[in-house]
Amino acid sequence: MAAQTLYDKLWQSHVVSQSDDGTCLIYIDRHLVHEVTSPQAFEGLRLANRTPWRVDSVVATADHNTPTDHWELGIQDPISRQQVETLDSNIKHFGAKAYFPFKDLRQGIVHVVGPENGATLPGMTVVCGDSHTSTHGAFAALAHGIGTSEVEHVLATQTLTAKKSKAMLIKVEGELGQGVTGKDVALAIIGEIGTAGGTGYAVEFGGSAIRSLSMEGRMTLCNMVIEAGARAGMVAVDDKTVEYLKDRPFSPKAEQWDAAVAYWKTLVSDEGATFDKVVELDASKIEPQVTWGTSPEQVTTVGGKVPNPAQLEDPVKRASLERALSYMGLQADTPIEQIQIDKVFIGSCTNSRIEDLRAAAAVAKGRQKAANVKLAMVVPGSGLVKQQAEAEGLDKIFVAAGFEWREPGCSMCLAMNADRLEPGERCASTSNRNFEGRQGQGGRTHLVSPEMAAAAAIAGHFVDVRTFA
Amino acid sequence: MKAFTQVDGLVCPLDRANVDTDAIIPKQFLKSIKRSGFGPNLFDEWRYLDHGEPGMDNSQRPLNPDFVLNQPRYKGAQVLLARDNFGCGSSREHAPWALEDYGFRAVIAPSFADIFFNNCYKNGVLPIVLPEAAVDQLFAETAAADGYTLHIDLAAQTVTTPSGAVFGFDITGHRKHCMLNGLDEIGLTLQHADEIKAFEAKHKQAQPWLFG
Repeated sequence: MAAQTLYDKLWQSHVVSQSDDGTCLIYIDRHLVHEVTSPQAFEGLRLANRTPWRVDSVVATADHNTPTDHWELGIQDPISRQQVETLDSNIKHFGAKAYFPFKDLRQGIVHVVGPENGATLPGMTVVCGDSHTSTHGAFAALAHGIGTSEVEHVLATQTLTAKKSKAMLIKVEGELGQGVTGKDVALAIIGEIGTAGGTGYAVEFGGSAIRSLSMEGRMTLCNMVIEAGARAGMVAVDDKTVEYLKDRPFSPKAEQWDAAVAYWKTLVSDEGATFDKVVELDASKIEPQVTWGTSPEQVTTVGGKVPNPAQLEDPVKRASLERALSYMGLQADTPIEQIQIDKVFIGSCTNSRIEDLRAAAAVAKGRQKAANVKLAMVVPGSGLVKQQAEAEGLDKIFVAAGFEWREPGCSMCLAMNADRLEPGERCASTSNRNFEGRQGQGGRTHLVSPEMAAAAAIAGHFVDVRTFA
Repeated sequence: MKAFTQVDGLVCPLDRANVDTDAIIPKQFLKSIKRSGFGPNLFDEWRYLDHGEPGMDNSQRPLNPDFVLNQPRYKGAQVLLARDNFGCGSSREHAPWALEDYGFRAVIAPSFADIFFNNCYKNGVLPIVLPEAAVDQLFAETAAADGYTLHIDLAAQTVTTPSGAVFGFDITGHRKHCMLNGLDEIGLTLQHADEIKAFEAKHKQAQPWLFG
């Protein structure tokens, strides 16, 4: 048999049927559900008098609308509350393998909750009405975001109709420098291939730098592959994958564990497998990254400068750059380290796991937030992450440094709850999108790693975390 | 879903690349638990001068006269002409819901983001990929002539300009069939229920840990 890529194996093992034009029915193993993109899907089932095909595939939580402080007051915004209560009642009515509602200890961002509970396993197809479902590909799962019509389709049929994507290998060889994280690798890749560079592809990340990343670092990387246009990113199974999954609540148990691990170890690209496209990066050349514009591809190194539109010949690109700088309130050629910030957000499905919080706390420890920083908030990705961080005393480090320690949720990544930027405010954010208005209308977002965000909070402006003393 | 056969539609040009779904429909409107009513908030932050929230009377809000959708010549547009990577970012299906609710039946661009592209087909909004040169030409012609319309014929897979120039476009057979007939895709898939059950039984035998 011809050498297969990991993607070939994941795809082939889920094809239920294939029609003449290449459209396939793909079986879905895990369906993650949150409150924002599911109500219309459940309503659709109800109207058509249909029932879910397999409720034990559904794992649900409320994350986008939940507040990050004063949980004793409940959800103050009535329409946010209605959306969360709608999920409560839909799960009650239709059922699920697990539901982590608002205030539950295991509630949190769906892409943090899935892996930490062992609800994401190698070899699975994983979908969710959320573009950052690509996160779960870190476990050698075929994982991608879907729209609400597809949420309803998966609920009703346990399948999706899809055509196979092309395969891309992004190979990062060498050693990452101290202070250079999975987030920096992700941003450097997006800077290299562009925000549409992965469109139409399923991406596998490989190379020694990827293997050296922890599972959490790999999740950060796969999480952001959608910002390069690829719906799905994935990393082959290795010992770290298996180690991470051992003894998680929904991981296979007893005799099934050994059988599962034996199968999972086959989930690597075969020697000699061919990809439609290969991109190579040298890990040793990747430096801490900071975005300066309104698209994740508008990124440079912390030692870099805001680009100058006058240097662009193409009038369309020049106009687009001028528009981004105008929105961001930045002058051409400004050194990144001279950009002052107003707020800091450490959180999101990209960077809110325990290692992220440890890294940020190590920078903040014994220091003080700069006076010009109005708010530095730390939002753990889940109740379990929060509990672990508190057991390690990270909350106290943050609070002593003048940061706010919050309850878990999506929070200011997309500002659907009360956490948001005011017009003109500038934020160092560990989230994934610097789009206009993403963190609040008129807000200005710079994407960075947790270490870099914490350092910016202390300095009051961007600073190279590698030399920050 | 509304069937799509042919459309003769006024064209509205949106001349910027990487238009993301946060721009198409901002997050505060995603709190709705309905599928309809998003049209007045399509491109909300670009279209109005104030900050929009759900429940506002949009007819009373100050319009941004510089935004293309607010220009009288594009009132009633059914075809949105766009640039590369249209619909990138969030998977929110509220984006095609908002376009459809506003009255758009088709979006023409040199490229689309994958999830948005897929979501359009589920809602009777036809996303059409044309080569960059063709899109450039359509932008120029739209700017040059008031009331510029395009004729889109899904069965023939063509876009025809007022002067008779014809551009062909690709679509998979499955999507075309669903769009032309306004079909409920779930109903179609459930015709394969026996195959799904057979696959599931085999899958469960091979990987029992995925079940239960």
